[in-house]
Amino acid sequence: MKRRFETRALAGAAAATFLAGAAQAQTLDETINSAFATSTGWFVTFIFSNFPGTSFPWIVGWLVIAASVFTVYFGFIQFRVLGHSIALVKGDYSDPKDAGEVSHFQALATALSGTVGLGNIAGVAVAVSIGGPGATFWMILAGLLGMASKFTECTLGVKYRNEYPDGTVSGGPMYYLTKGFAERGMPGGKVLAVLFAVFCILGSFGGGNMFQANQAHQQLSGVLGEYPGWITGVIFAAIVFIVIVGGIKSIARVTEKVVPFMAVLYCGAALVIIVMNIGNIGWAFGQIFAGAFTEMGIAGGAVGALIQGFRRAAFSNEAGVGSAAIAHSAVRTKEPITEGFVSLLEPFIDTVVICTMTALVIIFTQQLVIDPETGLYVMNEATGRIATVGDTSGVGLTSAAFGSAFSWFPYLLVVAVVLFAFSTMISWSYYGLKAWTYLFGEGKAQELIFKLLFCCFVIVGAAASLGPVIDFSDAAIFAMAVVNIIGLYVLMPIVKREVESYLSRLKSGEIRKFT
Amino acid sequence: MAEAIVAAYDGSAAARRAVDHALALAKARGAPLVVAHVLEWSPYSFLTPEEIAERHKRRSEEITRAQSAVLAPLVAELSGRGIEVETVIRYGHVAETLCEIASEHGAGQIVIGRTGHSTLASRIFGSVAGSLAQMAPVPCTIVP
Repeated sequence: MKRRFETRALAGAAAATFLAGAAQAQTLDETINSAFATSTGWFVTFIFSNFPGTSFPWIVGWLVIAASVFTVYFGFIQFRVLGHSIALVKGDYSDPKDAGEVSHFQALATALSGTVGLGNIAGVAVAVSIGGPGATFWMILAGLLGMASKFTECTLGVKYRNEYPDGTVSGGPMYYLTKGFAERGMPGGKVLAVLFAVFCILGSFGGGNMFQANQAHQQLSGVLGEYPGWITGVIFAAIVFIVIVGGIKSIARVTEKVVPFMAVLYCGAALVIIVMNIGNIGWAFGQIFAGAFTEMGIAGGAVGALIQGFRRAAFSNEAGVGSAAIAHSAVRTKEPITEGFVSLLEPFIDTVVICTMTALVIIFTQQLVIDPETGLYVMNEATGRIATVGDTSGVGLTSAAFGSAFSWFPYLLVVAVVLFAFSTMISWSYYGLKAWTYLFGEGKAQELIFKLLFCCFVIVGAAASLGPVIDFSDAAIFAMAVVNIIGLYVLMPIVKREVESYLSRLKSGEIRKFT
Repeated sequence: MAEAIVAAYDGSAAARRAVDHALALAKARGAPLVVAHVLEWSPYSFLTPEEIAERHKRRSEEITRAQSAVLAPLVAELSGRGIEVETVIRYGHVAETLCEIASEHGAGQIVIGRTGHSTLASRIFGSVAGSLAQMAPVPCTIVP
């Protein structure tokens, strides 16, 4: 998902462009940038500020601590029910009479296509090139912990959704914050819900839209040669318009179909590359474990690796942000907890599998330069990263790592990035819409206004290098997590009751497989 | 009473020929007729978030439509012919679901129509009639 690092890199690139053309009059972009930066800078600085005296962003700590609390509180639920989760996705426990309703598999696939994205490809490369191979270890750990956060929020999302007389549903943190708090007799649920909805709308325009359009354009212009961003923007906006306003679902269905295929192809190619370099296996895992706990010449040593790994996992799988609770809430099930069980597979697939594949390929293909005398990584002082073979970073580094084995892979990667960006946009258009209708009421007119606005932001995102705007919307997405996790702490006893009741009925045989 | 006969019906002309054939068989044997309408559905297909939210509503609409526009006119026409007619609407893989319906009703035969001309897609992926012929648990009649 959203990567602050890439955003930074982008802003840097944009700044360089501006410097090159310094003689030019102030552009529209610059005007918007400076106006936005002065008015919202404090918010961005606050969300991304570090714990005092460290370089550890408190928001990452907030997400990882919450994930650890849920893991312990639910007794390592993510490991206990993993097999059952897979059985649920396979449909072993689905009533055949419910055929035609949304299955667990469909809810999971749709939610996944919203989180699997550029972060899994570019973000991991950034993390490994700053934090070294050790970052992989911490990333996997944070991904495993994040499964518990996802489980908690998605269970609540289904339990407290709104079902309307016409059979449609609306769910998500807005609803469990209001209804759940009321049920527990706690004040403030409504305020948190409104705050969440506001942040969610901002996040859907920013990280879920402009950032994606912007990165897709960067990738396309890298392959096709430089061309104006608004062209990409208009094309993307037109396709998004056709899907979300025109209701032509077949286009979205094509991408939704291609995205899992791409993900499988990506992991398959990664595995092949690992097997081709299998001789490095002992060395590579030695590097990962050594890097996780000892000084390897990287900035900040083992702590630096930890920060990068945690950060990457938290930003990639969105566990605790609350977005997945919206996506999962529409599934047809009598037991809300089953959707929680299914959703915990999401951080596993996103972070523990896909992100790890990227990291392993970069490590196995030895893209990071090591000083042969000291055995430590060579720092590139100019960028603050570990020097790489082709002097690349971000998508470039991933591309180089895969390209070292398959020369055609970088082209496939461009297609993957563009499709991932598109499917993330479609998902976020829905999350934003749900927050919007929560604030302004359900209705065709309200929906249309939001959808049209959403399409406009696609063009803006692709056309401009609006660093501060994107910084702000990234911050909004993490502000969602601040609000959401407060709610999860308050409501976790309710989830615990559900888990205990369900697992005891599963054990007693009251809940049985249908097949 | 003789074993029931399952006829697949989707409102098309080919399906109508199948029903007529099944009807003649049922009459001759004094068997009940089960008219099955299966809506193609896979729990592993991909949906957008919006489709997921609307799925329950759409499903009810689809079933209502199938009942009123496809099955009701046929049932009205077949009533008074002295044959016991039952209708079934299901979601699923068409051929597999027809086999399930046949087993549930203890049917002795499945009757299905085919369009006659083979498209490229059906050459590659097979047709409903083709897969049914391969997997049916009871004798299967394909009406051209």
